[in-house]
Amino acid sequence: MPTRIVVLGGGVGGTLAANLLARGLARQDVEITVADRTGKHVYQPGWLYIPFGQETARNLVRSERGLLDRRINLIVDDFTRIDPERHLIVADDGAALPYDYLVVATGSRNVPEDVPGLAEAGHHFYSAEAAAKLGEALKAFDHGRIIVGIGGLPHRCPPAPLEFLFLLDADLRRQGKRDRVELTYTYPIGRVFTIESVAEFATPILEERGITYETFFNLETVDAEKKQINSLEGTTLDYDLLVMIPPHRGAEIVSASGLGDEQGWIPTDRNTLEMKGEDHVFAIGDATDLPVSKSGSAAHFQAKVVSDRIVEAVTGKPSGNGHYNGHVMCFLETGNEQATTMNFDYDHPPEPPRPSRIYHYEKMLFNRTYWYIVPRGIV
Amino acid sequence: MLDVKDVKVDKELDVRGSFCPGPLMELIRAVKMAPVGSVIAVLSSDPGSSKDIPLWIGKAKFEYLGAFPEEGYTRFVVRKTH
Repeated sequence: MPTRIVVLGGGVGGTLAANLLARGLARQDVEITVADRTGKHVYQPGWLYIPFGQETARNLVRSERGLLDRRINLIVDDFTRIDPERHLIVADDGAALPYDYLVVATGSRNVPEDVPGLAEAGHHFYSAEAAAKLGEALKAFDHGRIIVGIGGLPHRCPPAPLEFLFLLDADLRRQGKRDRVELTYTYPIGRVFTIESVAEFATPILEERGITYETFFNLETVDAEKKQINSLEGTTLDYDLLVMIPPHRGAEIVSASGLGDEQGWIPTDRNTLEMKGEDHVFAIGDATDLPVSKSGSAAHFQAKVVSDRIVEAVTGKPSGNGHYNGHVMCFLETGNEQATTMNFDYDHPPEPPRPSRIYHYEKMLFNRTYWYIVPRGIV
Repeated sequence: MLDVKDVKVDKELDVRGSFCPGPLMELIRAVKMAPVGSVIAVLSSDPGSSKDIPLWIGKAKFEYLGAFPEEGYTRFVVRKTH
């Protein structure tokens, strides 16, 4: 009877984990299945560029089947429940998929409805459709105040709102509109970024570029008629165009299964990536409650750890890499074809170097070669 | 001086072992969802909390009931007044 390994979710974490498992267990009697809702693999970091006309939604989607090792089964279905007691996942139509090992890689989702008024009034770039709509709004925008803010923590890709702001500032200058547009940034805690060293890096750049910021701003309501945003702290700001990263929650299947915390994040061991309280269930990527960035990078490093742990469990041979140390590596665009880079883990905060063209081109190269090198485990 | 034993806490968040800004973010999340009048306590072992938690409570104009040191962590207590 083959050992059944199910990977729930075909994003970057799930796809990479499945491919590494197929490779590591090539000589074992196993059945590896990726269960995904759509069968489409989306490169989410590309959404940032859509509002500026530098990317299209079509370029950012590929068939999941084409990214998976041929030994892996792919089931495209709407799975609605995880049943750890009976070791199976269940689809909407009642079909059940049993597992011996489960990797939950179900990602996160936008929940703008968590803030009254936000869904109607706020733009964002956390989906291809919203990013395109924002692009149209920016094209039509001539003068006034644009507020870019964070509607809730945590959210995917912590640097992205700052990146958007820097790209927007550069784009407005390029168009000769910058002097008639006021840019304001809002952030929920007492600095402009969660990590102190990055906040210290970004604050002088905001000030240099004449971007004002309001910290300790926890969005409570949006008044679309008055064009105002109101914070839990009692501050009200007026806007002409609002770009607000929506609050996020874990995938619906997590809460529907009675798993996950209040926001639907799975309680996960920070080193072994095992789901707390469950045997043979792992969680990776956005789905976890870990205090690391919800990012492709974290999912990437975590996928390697989980696949190693499962390979070790199945073969009995020690793998050497079954320990996640919080490693994340990402870029932060600062506009004008420059970027910086952040490389950190649980014990070492990032030390972003001075922005340069090299990091920007490295990021561009990564964006272009992602399909070939990441999901299949080349890097 | 207010004694921690005298304060009736409606919700307690144990975020010991979580690092900055985790404890503050957990507190903000809990306060957002709590009814007005609730008393919330957050247990944090992160040194940054002794600065950023009272700072946020002050900015948000909630009632800061104090920081109570325990063995290896601190209990910060706030009342949501609006």
